[in-house]
Amino acid sequence: MSDTAINTMGNKAQNAAVNNGPLIAADGTPLKQKLAKTTRAMKTRAFLLTMPLVLFIIISFVIPIGQMLHRGFYNPAVSNVMPSFSVAIKDWDETTGELPSEEIFEIFVKDLALAKKNREVGKTVGNMATRINYELPGSRSLFTKSARKAGKITEGPYKEALFALDKKWDNHNLWRTLKRASNDYTISFFLAALDMKYDEAGNITRADELYRIYVPILMKTLLLSALITLLCFLIAYPVAYLLSTLPLATSNLLMILVLLPFWTSLLVRTSAWIAMLQQQGIINNIFVFLGLIGDESRIQMIYNQTGTVISMVHILLPFMILPLYSVMKTIPPSYMRAAKSMGATNTYAFRRVYFPQTIPGIAAGTLLVFILAIGYYITPALVGGSDGLFISNLIADHIKKTLNWSLGSALAAILLVVVMVFYWMYNRLVGVDKLKFG
Amino acid sequence: MAEKKSATDSSYVRFENVQKSYDGEVLVVKDLNLDIQKGEFVTMLGPSGSGKSTCLMMLAGFEPATHGEIFLDDRPINTVPPHKRGIGMVFQNYALFPHMTVAENLAFPLEVRGMSRSDQEDRVKQILDMVELSQMADRRPAQLSGGQQQRVAVARSLVFEPDLVLMDEPLGALDKQLREQMQYEIKHIHENLGVTVVYVTHDQTEALTMSDRVAVFEDGVIQQLSTAESLYEDPQNSFVAQFIGENNKLNGTVEKITKGICQVRLPDGTLLHSQQVNVDGVGDKTTMSLRPERIELDPPKGTKNIITGRIEELIYLGDHIRVRMNVAGNDEFIVKVRNRADKRPLKEGQEAKIGWLAEDCKALDYTSQ
Repeated sequence: MSDTAINTMGNKAQNAAVNNGPLIAADGTPLKQKLAKTTRAMKTRAFLLTMPLVLFIIISFVIPIGQMLHRGFYNPAVSNVMPSFSVAIKDWDETTGELPSEEIFEIFVKDLALAKKNREVGKTVGNMATRINYELPGSRSLFTKSARKAGKITEGPYKEALFALDKKWDNHNLWRTLKRASNDYTISFFLAALDMKYDEAGNITRADELYRIYVPILMKTLLLSALITLLCFLIAYPVAYLLSTLPLATSNLLMILVLLPFWTSLLVRTSAWIAMLQQQGIINNIFVFLGLIGDESRIQMIYNQTGTVISMVHILLPFMILPLYSVMKTIPPSYMRAAKSMGATNTYAFRRVYFPQTIPGIAAGTLLVFILAIGYYITPALVGGSDGLFISNLIADHIKKTLNWSLGSALAAILLVVVMVFYWMYNRLVGVDKLKFG
Repeated sequence: MAEKKSATDSSYVRFENVQKSYDGEVLVVKDLNLDIQKGEFVTMLGPSGSGKSTCLMMLAGFEPATHGEIFLDDRPINTVPPHKRGIGMVFQNYALFPHMTVAENLAFPLEVRGMSRSDQEDRVKQILDMVELSQMADRRPAQLSGGQQQRVAVARSLVFEPDLVLMDEPLGALDKQLREQMQYEIKHIHENLGVTVVYVTHDQTEALTMSDRVAVFEDGVIQQLSTAESLYEDPQNSFVAQFIGENNKLNGTVEKITKGICQVRLPDGTLLHSQQVNVDGVGDKTTMSLRPERIELDPPKGTKNIITGRIEELIYLGDHIRVRMNVAGNDEFIVKVRNRADKRPLKEGQEAKIGWLAEDCKALDYTSQ
């Protein structure tokens, strides 16, 4: 470097020190402004590049999930069918023990007759009746039957006329339920999803023993998912260890075997398990052939929890192996050697030196498998029979068959909360920044 | 060849006819015999793939010897697993456990030995003082500098007071300055504690600075085992002469041997005198080894060997000038000329006379490389 160059640099440094104000670039603009200008193009390009993904996530992810959460609270079935009644009933004080006033009955009967006449799609008396039926089982026919005759009631007293149509209208609890349901926003579906309900006094209580199905299934889903995760871990750990220590050629071959399930259709894999596990299937045949069991006492291994667990362990195994492998790959063999040179036995060295270093992989693997398992749907549906069902199967049922979308949404929202709670717990225990997926 | 000592009872580590092969086709270590005395600092020096690390791994117990026996304190240890050998070891990349603090790392070998917690703490404190890292006890290895990690690794290998410590290129990852500093520290620790150290490196400066004796490895064989001084002054074969320090080679044929001095005829007809070291008799081809600093420019009359060469290149290095010359057809011939006030100016392309004593030139086994 020439002497003059050193001089100029020295001068500039001095100038900056003397100025003491904001730094100025060579052309006189403030340095920060100059910097922002030069990086603006880069930032814009980066933003535009990510734009398609951001849009995709918003459209296909954020909006549907938001709608689902909303749907769990929002059900306008009553107010759609009976707009005037759902406003009028708000004035009724149900705590007095009296039935609603004659005016409210008049509006109700007129609304009912009008709805029957109009028959707008999605806003029929049937829709409303179904909504009330969720909370008051057996009340559906009361609405549909009365709606047909409501048009004939042209003058009061409407209350007596309605009771004359059907004695069941003289029921305080029915009107209380109607008032509750005429509110568009409700927690009834969340209560139902948690096996709870409003009792006749309007308090929240647990549902009757016979109707408690969702919480037990949610618990079973969690329990089976935990079991599947544990089994995956026990099987994957040695495999991942082998993969990370074998020579490259051998470990590549083994890795292909691990990845092979990824390249086969989920349905094919699940069906293969049906062929393996059914009572006339391969495994039972081998057991009978070996004389381990008699021909008449073949083991039921499919269409129950066993079938669900076995096939899901198989399907989710790669999600455990891969994070474990990627962590183990980074642990040099010298750690174990060092431990042994200091006097540690194999077991001791493994426990104190190797295992703790694989915890980030274990954390990632278990979190991945557990969360995937909780939401699993196809496999339990195919091989789970009736007692190997997961909560997702019930959600699908409500969305596709019973068309009780609000209850399905409430269940799905509860599942989402459970997953988030587990994620939060994981973050507290392990630290999400320590997760290593590969 | 290696100065062969008879296997005495006083040797602490002894390799007896040890061979090692990984694939059953190539011998990585060929018939190794080595005696190391108690308290000695022995370095295994050699290029990569020469078998030096394999020897260390066999001694540590991580690789079984294919043939032969290794003795530790006169006990055969071939069947003793590594964790029962009681040998301290420093690894190339330190192998400090990343999930433990410095203190936990140091306490590990003590914990394994079932030492009480308070004794562990005392011992760890003591060893941390020794390597001057007392403030770092609660840090993780990743929070330390390379030199500090190195010190912890050395401390960890010493904390359980082993009699033998193995070091596998422990300074390889450090920069030059730190490496030199650590060389002295390790040397001082060795002197103060009196442990036996077997050290593996490919860096000859490291080997020469620290060791009592150096074993030069090549091709699975110890080429020479001796002190640093005699490795440089009296190389026993061409490989050692070439590997240790800077060296000029001249190939020729032995014409006559009198009282340990060979007369060697170069291909261009020049007759040179050289000390007989590793040539058998008249008529043999030989490679002579000559250190650049033993060559004199414009030698006084009567110098045993005088030869004329052409100056090819001059490199100014302050205290001396490196002169690359073409001598007897070898244009890699280096002469170190001391920088003196009365020196005559040198020019590239000049012819110059150079000379050296017969004792400074060693007639060794012939090598064409």
